[in-house]
Amino acid sequence: MLVWLARRLAQVVPTLILLSVMIFGLQQLMPGDPALILAGEERGDPQVLAQIRAELWLDRPLHVQYLHWVGNVVTGDFGFSWRIREPVARLILQKLPVTFQLASMAFLIAVLIGVPMGILSATHRDRPADWLANGIALFGISMPNFWLGIMMILLFSVQLGWLPPSGYVPLTEDFWQSVSTTIMPAFVLGSGIAGVLMRHTRAAMLTALSQDYVRTARAKGLTERVVVWKHALRNALIPVVTLGTIEFGRLLAGAVLTEQIFTIPGFGKLIVDAVFNRDYPVVQGVVLATALIFVGLSLVADLLYMAINPRLRQA
Amino acid sequence: MMRRWKAAFVLAALLAAQGAAAQNLRIGLREDPDILDPTLSRTYVGRIVYMALCDKLFDINERLDVVPQLATGYVWEDPKTLRITLRDGVQFHDGERMNAEAVVYSLNRHLTMQGSFRRSEISEIEAIEIVDPLTVRIRLKNPSAAFLATLTDRAGMIVSPRAAEAAGRNFGANPVCAGPFRFVERIAQERIVTERFEQYWDRARIHFQRVTYTPIPDNNVRLANLQSNAIEFGERMEPDDVRTAQRSRNLRVVPVEELGYQGITINIANGSGANPAFRDARVRRAFDLAIDRAAINQVVYEGMYTPTRQPLPPANPYHVRDFAPPARDVARARALLREAGVTSPVAIEMTVPNNPDLRQVGEVIQAMVREAGFELRLRATEYASALQSSVRGEYQTFLTGWSGRTDPDGNTYQFMRTGAGQNEGRYSNPEADRLLDAARTELDVERRRALYADIMRIAVAEDVSRIYLWHRKNIMIHSTRLIGYLPVPDGLVRLQDMRLQ
Repeated sequence: MLVWLARRLAQVVPTLILLSVMIFGLQQLMPGDPALILAGEERGDPQVLAQIRAELWLDRPLHVQYLHWVGNVVTGDFGFSWRIREPVARLILQKLPVTFQLASMAFLIAVLIGVPMGILSATHRDRPADWLANGIALFGISMPNFWLGIMMILLFSVQLGWLPPSGYVPLTEDFWQSVSTTIMPAFVLGSGIAGVLMRHTRAAMLTALSQDYVRTARAKGLTERVVVWKHALRNALIPVVTLGTIEFGRLLAGAVLTEQIFTIPGFGKLIVDAVFNRDYPVVQGVVLATALIFVGLSLVADLLYMAINPRLRQA
Repeated sequence: MMRRWKAAFVLAALLAAQGAAAQNLRIGLREDPDILDPTLSRTYVGRIVYMALCDKLFDINERLDVVPQLATGYVWEDPKTLRITLRDGVQFHDGERMNAEAVVYSLNRHLTMQGSFRRSEISEIEAIEIVDPLTVRIRLKNPSAAFLATLTDRAGMIVSPRAAEAAGRNFGANPVCAGPFRFVERIAQERIVTERFEQYWDRARIHFQRVTYTPIPDNNVRLANLQSNAIEFGERMEPDDVRTAQRSRNLRVVPVEELGYQGITINIANGSGANPAFRDARVRRAFDLAIDRAAINQVVYEGMYTPTRQPLPPANPYHVRDFAPPARDVARARALLREAGVTSPVAIEMTVPNNPDLRQVGEVIQAMVREAGFELRLRATEYASALQSSVRGEYQTFLTGWSGRTDPDGNTYQFMRTGAGQNEGRYSNPEADRLLDAARTELDVERRRALYADIMRIAVAEDVSRIYLWHRKNIMIHSTRLIGYLPVPDGLVRLQDMRLQ
């Protein structure tokens, strides 16, 4: 087990090196001169432009810029945001809990809706409950986030006045305020994932229910409840967990549109604003942090497989 | 008995005052400001926040007159020497006194700090001297009619020397100035919180305890925040929002004329990207004549904006009267093309920022100029990339705008003078250069006005160096509970005298 873990961690290092090169390289391909954007309306002054380039090392060769950045990152220094001059590490730490809270709530909503609906629709195949569940899933998957978001704001904030239309209050500041500011974006995000989870749970359950061991279990006279919940579901959950961790990772990478609509100051908003403002240190820092989160999550997924399916532990 | 009544009255007055003082204002911003250091910042939206934090030597009023703020007055000792007297008893948020030394420190900081965006604005300064603790003298290299106006913006903001020295380049994380509110906290992209500064020199006119600025970039959501009373003030709303807001009994719409303009930059001679046909002023004039500005305004902006032919908006005292946009004249445009000897259709490309409204404008122009013999191709481009193309000359025409400055020089010189920084079309005419130089240093208002009229006649009417299309309006929407908002064409939200009912 420990050997396996060590091997997995060793694989991470080259991945991260490759990734850092890619992040840096891709960014250089972005059109638009960062000095011009940073100079704003002062861009007419060549002195201002030269000064910005010198200060941010933009006038040095690419490999020098790259090594300078990587060297700093290794020592834990992610640099400063060019736009607001705050340390990137602080921005990441500031936004991570926000995104984590939003992602967790969205994921919880998705699991609470998606998995039971998937089971229900598999056990009631081709009956009204199945059709209804499929209809709801289709709605969740196909509804564009920005449309659903705006509609919810209009209904719950403008018409009914129940929830604040946008913004964010940290959990530590006021629990209920925090939940009330994040519940709408969490639902918008969660509804799409719930649909995907439902479809996958349904498919996996249908496969599991047609297996020999399930027939055996039924033949032994076990109740349908035990057959479904104990025998079929446990096996059906493995692909669902894989998918779940990927979706959760995607949520942590920042729900760009949803965060933009609800003005949730999370990862998605941070990176979008940074890209449009050519704030390279922030883009680099956030993408790297996201990559690390993904690597961590795939490790968690592997560990979860083992918890669900004992046979994998011997492998 | 009388004394008891008096006591009760005083108590009631105190309670009322406290109630009034406990008012909080929430302002929804269109973007997240950049760093809050007057020397290093460059975004327009940041200037809105400075209205709470940092007072300036001078301010402008609704007629764009320069009025004293931290200064009490000024005298031009000669065309190159400006003497400014300062307000007595002004404190910075850290308790330090604002005086001549602080003014000299702040101006020098603007001039010498690495990365200063103010240097080019006040580069005319040759020397700054302390005359007495409340008087400074500024010597300029050349006479400058525009100089005073620059002190009404960030270049005129005075920071606490002690705090600035201590914080160095991190001053923007906790700015200490002499504005009506002091900085409390900032969470990037979330909020900027400011709190009433009890020692503010003009405190009788301040009625809020807290002012919170929240960036809400999505227009629909900013409006929803206003409708649901989550904010009291939304700045730079869209023309589409106006009708919705007018239907609501709790909201008031205040359209404010802007200082800038929107128009088409033409690449006349900037690199290989220029379209050879557009070197000929007749072709440019034909393009101009094919455009119906009023129709664009109606179709895209619900008639909210002001069609124009010049960079100086009606709000500007130097706005050239009798210089209305030409009526659309397709026949004349076709005749001009024939005169210029070009074969139509003339293929032209226009770079358009990737915003829904500007893309729509592009499409309307495309349809209009087709009738006159132009085949216009639109290139919708993200703003940063478009900017780079325009600087490098990799464009033919560019639909773009300028936020505008108080002084007319700020809307003309940089864009029209041969070799100037933002003359991205490389327009050049020695006569226009001479007039621009003269207007810069002319201190007599009437003579200066005549100079700008001549500049418009040559650079715009004859040469069509750029095509100016319209002046936007800063559309402000606020709660009807809010009173005392004074619209000023710079679109900044001055907090003096504002209060909630």
